[in-house]
Parts: sequence; structure tokens; C-alpha cells
Amino acid sequence: MSSADTGTEVTEEAPAVDERRDAIVAAVAARLGDAVVGSHVEPGVDVWVRVTRDGWAEAAQAVHDLGFTFFDFLSAIDWYPNIHGKNEEPPTNPITVPATSAELEHGVTGGETRFQLIARVFSPEQKLGVHLRCDLPDDDLSAPTWSRIYPGADWNEREVCEMFGIDFPGHPNLVHLYLPGGFEGHPLRKDFPLLARHVKPWPGLVDVEAMPGEPDDDAEAEGSEAE
Amino acid sequence: MTVTEHERAFITSTLSESRINLEIESDGMTLNLGPQHPATHGTLRIIVKLDGEQIVACEPTMGYMHRGYEKLCEFRTFPQVTTLVNRIDWLSHFANEVPFILAAEQLMGVEAPPRAQYIRTVFFEMARLGNITLFLGEMGLQLGAMTALFYAFRDREHVLNLLEAVTGGRFHPNFDRIGGLKDDLPKGWIDETKAVMKKIRGFCDQMETLVMGNEIFQTRTRGIGVIPKDVALGYGLSGANARASGVDLDLRRDNPDIAMAWKHADFKVWTHPDGDSFARYWVRLQEVRESTHIIEQLLDGIPAGPIMAKVPRIIKVPAGEAYVQTENPLGWMGYYVVSKGDLGPFRVKIRTASFNNVSVLPWVAKGLYVPDIVTVLASLYFILGDIDR
Repeated sequence: MSSADTGTEVTEEAPAVDERRDAIVAAVAARLGDAVVGSHVEPGVDVWVRVTRDGWAEAAQAVHDLGFTFFDFLSAIDWYPNIHGKNEEPPTNPITVPATSAELEHGVTGGETRFQLIARVFSPEQKLGVHLRCDLPDDDLSAPTWSRIYPGADWNEREVCEMFGIDFPGHPNLVHLYLPGGFEGHPLRKDFPLLARHVKPWPGLVDVEAMPGEPDDDAEAEGSEAE
Repeated sequence: MTVTEHERAFITSTLSESRINLEIESDGMTLNLGPQHPATHGTLRIIVKLDGEQIVACEPTMGYMHRGYEKLCEFRTFPQVTTLVNRIDWLSHFANEVPFILAAEQLMGVEAPPRAQYIRTVFFEMARLGNITLFLGEMGLQLGAMTALFYAFRDREHVLNLLEAVTGGRFHPNFDRIGGLKDDLPKGWIDETKAVMKKIRGFCDQMETLVMGNEIFQTRTRGIGVIPKDVALGYGLSGANARASGVDLDLRRDNPDIAMAWKHADFKVWTHPDGDSFARYWVRLQEVRESTHIIEQLLDGIPAGPIMAKVPRIIKVPAGEAYVQTENPLGWMGYYVVSKGDLGPFRVKIRTASFNNVSVLPWVAKGLYVPDIVTVLASLYFILGDIDR
């Protein structure tokens, strides 16, 4: 495995090894070479492989050739903190915005940019799936399309395009899927406010306080009543 | 020269008329199916380009019911999300909650006690019964056989009553909790359920003769909307749609790692090699039968014990990422949950079955005749809330 991240969480206490999933990472890395920049295996759970943006289309072809012919989903993550908060009083976490995108907290495979594409494909023979990821530079939000390799990616890419503002050159019909044609903004970006919450705060958040007449510290019992 | 309001209206109407004439006289014609059409289970608009009676191109247009669940989830705490996701596929209510709860449990390192796992699985299968029985009747309705629908509603009612007896909700039980379930089963429920399972099997027999054995039904479904195996995989078709195309995949059997009780039941995964509309109906009918057997087996083997694991009163999910997928009535449903150690999720990607299942429609509709598109839509079986999220 050609990764700095591999095994950081795996080797913590139980030296669990998942040979089938490790073999997937090895096979993808052998095929893609330098394009694989990170990977993560959680034994018995899932596989993540992070590739460079240039290797994004090649990665799709590679996993398709390796038998991962079932297209699961394609989406994106905005790692920017939720600057609008959750309209809770007081906020549970102070909101800090790092100066550069590389300082943002990224997920299991690490990352350097604000936006990451995520996709998952599945192998009907091995009954295993693999998550693929890639970083998108902040000044050029675009990635090659997958729709020629996995036709199911067509609608998923249209959704990502309108929700995150990510371009997919080569896509046959990159128009809005859900939103009306003239909609401005990209709703799933973290800096897009949820206006309904600004107009009227969510009353449900009050419920996490202790019920009257109950001691606060019975945190152990009756977790079901917590909502 | 100024144009009066009246004149402008006249010009507009003349122009629109000439446009219509142009459309009729040209070699193609555009037909709008929906947004409100009985075959769309919600508000899905399908723009069909016709050459005579034959479909040249087909473009589904959705978003009429887009509620932005992925954004809304980011503004809710973990327990609140279950209420929300209940409404994604409103016929599979409980089944929508399970993968999300499992993902949260996986991040927290909590596992529901065995009894809770069994009851969860039983409810999951009952959601399947409530969903697919309606399909079995409804597909008949779409093709002109109205009686089947009433039978479906009659027998589905028994399943909903059972769910109501435990959860208090017929459509949105909101019964699953992180770490277990809200309540245990009431007294006498197990015997009652077993009696209902017999009724459901009787319903399946009825549908087999009444709908599937019908000559008109067979002529209208056999060989219509054939989806080959590789296309099904490429588009991500899952559930009965994929199995009707010969893809032998069922997460109940193929994903034994999740904390559900399917691994304790013995059942067969039915596949059909044809991939046409008839095969999709056939596979679903067998699935309902298998489902009743799964429920009976699980109810026989249900262990005693608690129904709730120890979880803190205020649920904070540790930072991490989890993707849990289950075999929902309509196909695979998965939640990609990213947590940052907060009260609520940081990002939730909801992979719904109908979204991928319907994305194959432009491919499959090409070359079909107009009435067949209703057959294909009905047999692909989607719920609009599941597409639009």
C-alpha cells in the first residue's frame, strides 16, 4: 500500500487485518501508481482510496476493470465549517475558520482542499465496495466525468454540479436536476445558509435539556428519552 | 406605434397556436407525462419525444418534491434525523431509519442488544410487506386491472395494524433509537403476526393467479422494458430491479457484518434471467413470500433480554465516517454519515434506491410505445420521495 494514512486507526489496539479489503487497496494502487495519494481500511467495514484529480477518470476505469461494476453513488463533501452554526443557543462548538483549506479537518483519507468528491462502487462478485475520493483545487472546481464508464454517474454528477458548483467537463447534459433553472447559489455548500432556520429557530433543540424535576446527571439510563 | 393589452394577448395566442401546429406537423411530437400522473407516485414529470407512437427520447424531470434532506440533516441532532428520514420513502418508513441508526451506532461503537436486532429486522421486513404488497396490487391498476389494488389495500392493512400496535404510528413509526428500540413488543403480538403472515401468503397466491396469470397482464409485461445485467449494474439498479435482471445481489445475505438478524434466518434470494417488466413483478412477488418466512423464523427465535444498549442521555457521536447500506424494499439505501463529534452530523449523503433505479429510464424507454412507458415506470417501482429526497 502506497499510503501514509493506511493503518493509523487500524493498528491502534486490535491488530485486526482485513486481507480481502487490503487486497483491493493493493490492486488499485498497483494499477494507478502515483495517482493514489491516500487510503484507509477499516477491517470488516469499508475501504477508502484517495486519488489525484488527474487520476479520477482513470481510477473509475481501473476499479471497473477490477470487477467493481456496480455503481453506488457519487457525491461531494464541503469540509468548510458550518459558519452559520446550527442556530442553537448556546452553540455546542465554537466556530473557527482556518486560514487555508489545507488546515480544514478532513476525513479518513486526509485531504488538502475544501471540496472532495466521494464515490462508491461495488463488486457483485466479491460483495465488497470501495470508496474513491479526490481533492478539488479551490480555484478550479472541476473533475472529469464518470458518465462514460458508469452511466449511473450522469444524474449524480448533475446533482453535485448544482448542489456544490462543481463542473464535470465531458458530461453530456450538465443541467440542473432538482433546482429550478434560475436558482442562484449552491445549497449544499456550508456557506449557504438554511434560511428557514434564520427566520424561525428550530424549537426541537430545546428538548435536549433535562426534563423538569429530573436530576441532570442520570446520563447512563434511559438514553431513549434523550430526544 | 403602441400595442394595446388586447392586441398583445391576441398576438401571443396566435403565436402559441402556430407553435403547436408546427409541433404536430413536424416529424416528432413532445408529450408530457405528469407532473401529476397516477404512474408517477408523486410528482415526476417525464418529457417524451415521440415519432408516431414510438418513443425517441425520454427525459425525466424531477425536483417538484425536493426537500433538501441532506442539508436539513446538517441542522438536526442525531435522534432528530430519524423523524426526517422516515419520510424519504414513505412506504418503507421504518426501513429508512435503520441504516442511519446503524451508521450512528457504528461511529459510536454501540451495538443494539440481540432482542432489539431481531425486532428491528422483523419491522424492517414488515415495512417491506407494507410496501411491496401495495406494488403487487398497484401494478395491476396501472395496466387496467383495478381489483388487485383493493385486495392489496385490504391485506396491507393487517400489516399496518400490527405496526401501529407496537409503535403507535401506521406510516411514520419513528421507533428506532441509537442503541436499540423505543419499546418492547406488546403481549400476544407474536401470535397475531404469525396469523397475518398466513394471510399475506394467501394474498400472494391470489395475486399470482389474478394478476400474474392474466393473459392481458402477461402480454403487456413480457419482453417490455428489458434491462440487461451490465446496464443494471452500470446504472446502479438495486433490489428487485437488479435481481430481475439476473444480478444475484441481496444485502440481507451479502452484508452479514451489520447488526441485523437476517443472518439467523434461512431464506432464498430469487433472481430472474429475463430483465423485463414481468420478471420484476415476479421477483417482488417471491420476495414477499420469502419475507413472511423470514418474519416467522425470527419470531420463533427471538431472544429474551433488554431492547436498549447503554447509551448516554445526550447523544454525541464521535468524529468519523461511516457508510451503512441495507436492502430496503425499493433497493439499496445507504447513508454516508460524517460526524465531527457534534450533536448532529456534519454531512449526510443519502443514497436512495429509486434515484438510481429511475435513472435507467431514458435508456430503457427508447423504442418503446407510449403505453409501455407506464408499464416500465410501474414495474421499476419508485417512490418520488425516494428520488427527490
